[in-house]
Amino acid sequence: MSPEPYLGEVSRTPVRHHILSVLVENKAGVLARIAGLFARRGFNIYSLAVAPAESHARFSRVTIVVDAESAPLEQIVGQLDKLVNVVAINDLAPRDAVERELLLATLPLGDEHRSAMLDTITKAGASIVDVGPTSVTVMLAGTPGACDELERALEDFAEVELHRTGRVALPRLG
Amino acid sequence: MQLTGAQALIRSLEQEGVDTIFGLPGGAILPVYDPLLDSSIRHILVRHEQGAGHMAEGYALATGRPGVAMVTSGPGATNIVTPIGNAHMDSTPLVVITGQVATASIGTDAFQECDITGITMGITKHNFLVQSAQEIPRAVAAAFHLATTGRPGPVLIDVPKDVTQSMMDWWYPASIEEYDLPGYRPEIPLDQEAVERAVALIAESERPVLYVGGGTLKSRASQELLAFAERTGMPVVTTLMARGAFPDSHEQHLGMPGMHGMYTAVTAIQKSDLLISLGARFDDRVTGKIPAFAAGAKVIHVDIDKAEFNKVRHADVAIQSNVAAALVAFDAAQATPRNLDVWWKAINDWRDQYPLVYDEPTADGPLRPQHVIEAIAAKAAPGTIVASGVGQHQMWASQHWKFEEPGTWINSGGAGTMGFGVPAAIGAKVGRPERTVWCIDGDGCFQMTAQELTTARSEGIPIKVAILNNAYLGMVRQWQEMFYEERYSEVYLSADLPDYVKWAEAMGCVGLRARTLKEMHEVIDEANTINDVPVVIDFRTDAEEKVFPMVAAGASNDDIIVHPLQRGERR
Repeated sequence: MSPEPYLGEVSRTPVRHHILSVLVENKAGVLARIAGLFARRGFNIYSLAVAPAESHARFSRVTIVVDAESAPLEQIVGQLDKLVNVVAINDLAPRDAVERELLLATLPLGDEHRSAMLDTITKAGASIVDVGPTSVTVMLAGTPGACDELERALEDFAEVELHRTGRVALPRLG
Repeated sequence: MQLTGAQALIRSLEQEGVDTIFGLPGGAILPVYDPLLDSSIRHILVRHEQGAGHMAEGYALATGRPGVAMVTSGPGATNIVTPIGNAHMDSTPLVVITGQVATASIGTDAFQECDITGITMGITKHNFLVQSAQEIPRAVAAAFHLATTGRPGPVLIDVPKDVTQSMMDWWYPASIEEYDLPGYRPEIPLDQEAVERAVALIAESERPVLYVGGGTLKSRASQELLAFAERTGMPVVTTLMARGAFPDSHEQHLGMPGMHGMYTAVTAIQKSDLLISLGARFDDRVTGKIPAFAAGAKVIHVDIDKAEFNKVRHADVAIQSNVAAALVAFDAAQATPRNLDVWWKAINDWRDQYPLVYDEPTADGPLRPQHVIEAIAAKAAPGTIVASGVGQHQMWASQHWKFEEPGTWINSGGAGTMGFGVPAAIGAKVGRPERTVWCIDGDGCFQMTAQELTTARSEGIPIKVAILNNAYLGMVRQWQEMFYEERYSEVYLSADLPDYVKWAEAMGCVGLRARTLKEMHEVIDEANTINDVPVVIDFRTDAEEKVFPMVAAGASNDDIIVHPLQRGERR
């Protein structure tokens, strides 16, 4: 039974979203099969993260944040499960899951905003991972909400280059 | 034992019990055609790869065994995309083998290269690009397993030329565990709790209908259906994909539902209080306007594919199972509805009031297409298999032919592929050579794939083709007449161009023509005496004839349009 979709407080994600943690065979074209299925059935992907699962080279884990307003979750899971290369689907409601995401941002360190910017980084709990003559790269690994917050805060500054990974998740314990 | 990949491919097909391949060679698949010479497998050389695909479908639908087609890379592969898509829509088990350019050339836009696994991703149940000769047996075994289990469908195996040319140590998977399909679980245990809830719904029901779909044929559940229907006394409707699953001659059979369904079948569904869907998928051609479809009915949905549940219509009880197992479980639980006398009284009133009718044929013609089909059926050997193309003639064939057993109706349902009829009939005849096979075709459909009659003649496959020649793309013409103020746009084909008799003769077939009632009977009798070569008959039919009953696209099934004779109007 699917848990009820979570009415999220995270502004950037669809109001009714769901996390599907999908174990797939690590074979050529599997990601295309998943993406193609979502495209032809009109299901919306909000974010997608793919990496080898555990230590087995045979499987990968695809974490898909789906927009549960674009189609009933039952349909999305049912169609996804029919892909032969899909081994298991773990359907996680946000309130039952621990979600984390990585954010990297390169910030120009001009004199004008320097202290405000460093202040923002410190407040967000981000760490500096690379330093250049005129800019720094910072990293934040945290909840999607924390990443949203930092992204919003950095909008006040010019020429910020920012990348996010999309979230990964595991079921909440107990 | 060392074999080439090509030898291993043919040997793997032999292991799977393949007796026939429909195909056409070309550069990338050339290595595989050499060991074919030494194989017991029959190869049918088609004239166009689309023909190979539809023949394989006709073979599969007539026999229940997977159809096999083999073509080359590039255009050979793209030409068979339509049959693959057709088989996917109708859940027909197919294994399609395509040649591919050598592994090192993949991705370089090499001669006759195309990404056929990419192209067919959305219209196959699964596909494989085989990377080494050693993997060929596993790919073939897995392909047949996938094509024929669970919800059946087409599986494509793409084999690069260097893979078929390289050497391998022969082996063959001994069990399913060796197929390497960790994510494939086609059957799950029957949910007994759901069965109990279904039995409870049935017990409350006063107006049930058994809504029988193609899944009933796919799971070979006809006997179970007959037993269940007769024990419970419930009325039965069979969809276009399920014709033959329940005998048309049976008193409880109301016929086909849907856009051109029988008035009684459509209306019984509309008024029912319980729909028991058996391997059907609430297709738009059956439901019409969805909110108005069987609005007062609860739904028990039996399907092997859980993605069909709640896709179109809410299921009050969903049972993931093959149809046969579910019916056996219903019977074991003695599922019984209430007394159905009042329900049958209503149903029989509709039957009396709105039987299938058409205008009286006139002696001098033009012929009535419905009458031609009934005349062929009346003179046909028992167990005759009927294939059709797509359009008016398909609907008339489904309405007017009486289907009594599975595998006797071969048609393109979900995809609606014009040109399906002739090659599908050929494939059916190859699979069931002891049966008479008629193709009821339209003149528009016939022109799309008629070249395969050359194949039929040269391979000794004596099918019979009835062209209901109304000189139009008739179904489109019907819509333009009814819904576009008789503004006929690009639907006229001419009855005389091409000359179908000469064309048939040029392909080594017997060509006949009938314009009058007398000629109609004569040519059918003559066709029935010819059993060595294909026969093509050009029946000149009335261009204004329309298919009734009809529910307009998007309209409610309550607004079914009956034949003008039943509206008290003159045409």
